[in-house]
Amino acid sequence: MRNVWIIARREYKLFFISPVAYVVAFFFMILLGWFFYSALRDAIIQSTYQAYAPTVQIIISPLVTLLLFVMPAITMRSIAEEMRMGTMELLLTAPVKDWELVVGKWLGAFLFMLTLLAITWVFPIVLNFLVKPGIDQGILISGYLGLVLMVASLVAIGVFISSLFNSQVVVFLVSLAIVLVFWLVRPASSSTGGLANQILSYLNFIDHYLNFYQGTIDLSDIVYYLSLTSLGLFLGTVSVEIRRWR
Amino acid sequence: MIEVEGLTKDYGPRRAINDLTFRAEPGEILGFLGPNGAGKTTTMRILSGFMPPTMGIARVAGFDVVDESLEVRKRVGYLPETVPLYPDMTVFDYLKYMADLRHIKNGEERVDDVLEIVHMDERANGYISNLSKGMRQRIGLAQALLHEPEVLILDEPTIGLDPAQIREVRKLIREIGRERTVLLSTHILSEAQQICDRVLIINKGEIVVEDTPERLQAGLTGVQRVAVRVQGDGDGLEKLIGGISGVSRVTTTPEGSVEVESTPGKDIRPVIARNVIKAGFDLLELKSIDLSLEDIFIQLTREEPEPPSTDDSSEEVP
Repeated sequence: MRNVWIIARREYKLFFISPVAYVVAFFFMILLGWFFYSALRDAIIQSTYQAYAPTVQIIISPLVTLLLFVMPAITMRSIAEEMRMGTMELLLTAPVKDWELVVGKWLGAFLFMLTLLAITWVFPIVLNFLVKPGIDQGILISGYLGLVLMVASLVAIGVFISSLFNSQVVVFLVSLAIVLVFWLVRPASSSTGGLANQILSYLNFIDHYLNFYQGTIDLSDIVYYLSLTSLGLFLGTVSVEIRRWR
Repeated sequence: MIEVEGLTKDYGPRRAINDLTFRAEPGEILGFLGPNGAGKTTTMRILSGFMPPTMGIARVAGFDVVDESLEVRKRVGYLPETVPLYPDMTVFDYLKYMADLRHIKNGEERVDDVLEIVHMDERANGYISNLSKGMRQRIGLAQALLHEPEVLILDEPTIGLDPAQIREVRKLIREIGRERTVLLSTHILSEAQQICDRVLIINKGEIVVEDTPERLQAGLTGVQRVAVRVQGDGDGLEKLIGGISGVSRVTTTPEGSVEVESTPGKDIRPVIARNVIKAGFDLLELKSIDLSLEDIFIQLTREEPEPPSTDDSSEEVP
C-alpha cells in the first residue's frame, strides 16, 4: 500500500508541473463559470415573472458534462507516457506490484480531479448568498458525492485505456469515445423492458447519477460506480501484466 | 549470483534468445558481448524481472525471476539500454522517488551518496531535461546503485560518456564487482577486456563462446606471434630467425620489424632474443602480439556463408 501512495503522490505533483493539466483546469473553470453565469441570468429573468430560486443543479448539471470531457485529458498521460519514455521499465523492475502501480496512477489522477471538484465549490457558495433562504444542502451533498464516485470510475477507465496504448493522442480519443458511448447509449425506448435494454440502461453513466442529482443516495448507484472503478483498475492491472509477456 | 538454465524467449514467431545457460558468481564481472539484436537486452530484461522468459529457468540472488520476481527486483540494480528518466523532475527528486519505491531508509542521505559516487552532486537540483547524454547515463547508474544491490545488471553502461567518464565508470564497476555480481553488456570489446573477469559472446540468441578474455585470445589464436625490431635495416634478420626451431613463419612488415609465428605451447621469445643478440644485432623491441578481442569477436559472430541448398531442403524458404 505504501507504494501506491508513493506513486500517487508523484503523479499528483506532476499535474502541477505539466501544462496540460493547467490548460484543462483553466478551461474547465472558465466554461463552468460561463454556464453558471448564464444560468443565473436566466433565473433572474424568470424570477421577474414568478417566484423562482435556482437550485444547486444549475452547477452540477454542466459539471457532469464537463467532467466527462475532462477525464480523457487528465488520464491520457498516466501509463501511456511511461511506456513512451521507457520509464515503465524502471517501474516494472522496481519492487512494486503491478496493481500497486495501476492503483497509484489512478489515485494520483483521482486526487487531482477531487482538487478540481473542490474548487468548484465556489459556485454553490456564491449561489447560497444569492438565493433565499439559501441552497438545498441535501442536493449539494448527494450531488457531489455522486460526482466523486463518478470521477473515481471515470479515472479508473481512463487509466486502463492509458495502459493499452503508447500514444497519448490515441488514449485520449479512445477514452473520449468510450465516455460518449457510456453517456449517450441508452435503450431505444424506455417502455420496452428487454434484457438488452436493461443492460444498456444499467451501464449508462448518467442514469446512475440521476438519483444523486435529485438528492437521494441509492446504494445500487454507489455499487455501480464502485464496481466500475474496480473493473477499470483490474483491467488496467491485467493490461500491465500482459505487457510484460509481450 | 546469477544462474541461467535453458533460457529461451520468443517474440511472436521470432526467437530472441535460444537455450542460454550460464552463471555468474558474486565478485565476478561477466561481460555480455554480441552484435546488435543478439539478445543481450532481452536476457537482461528477463534477469531484471521486467519480463518472463518463454522457457527455461533464471535465478538471481537465489530467487526465481518468475515466481519470486519481487524478491529478485529488490536485489537487482538495473540500468536499461534507454536510461529511464523523468525529464520534468529534478535529479534529486527523481532519485528520491526511486529510493522511496525501494523503501530505502534515510533515502535523502543515500541519494546524496550515490550522486557523489557518480559525480553528479553539483547537479542535484537541476532538471533532468537539461542534462547531457553522459549525465543522464550517470543518473541512470546512480539509480541502479541506490539500494546497494547484490546483483547489478547494466545494459551498455558507458554509452554516451566521454573518455574520462568512461574510465571513471569502468573503475566504479570494477569496485562494485569485487563483492557483487555484475552483468554488463557492451559492444566495445576493449571494455570487456578491461573490466570483465569472464566474457560471454552471444550471437543470434545463442552463446558462441564463454571464457576469460585472456584465454579467449590464447585459445583462438592457437599460435604465438612475436614482433622483433632491431636497430638499422636488419638485413639477414628474417633468415636468422627463420632458422630457429619452433618458428613456423617469418614476415617483414613495411615498418621494418619482423613478425614471427611459432607453434603453440612454447614461448620462443628467449630463444629469439639470444640468437638475435649473438648475431650482433642491436635488439630494440621484442613483444608478443595478441589477436585482439575485436578479431575474435568478428571471427565468432561472422555470418557463415550459406551452404549451397540442395533440392530436398524444404526447411528454409528464402
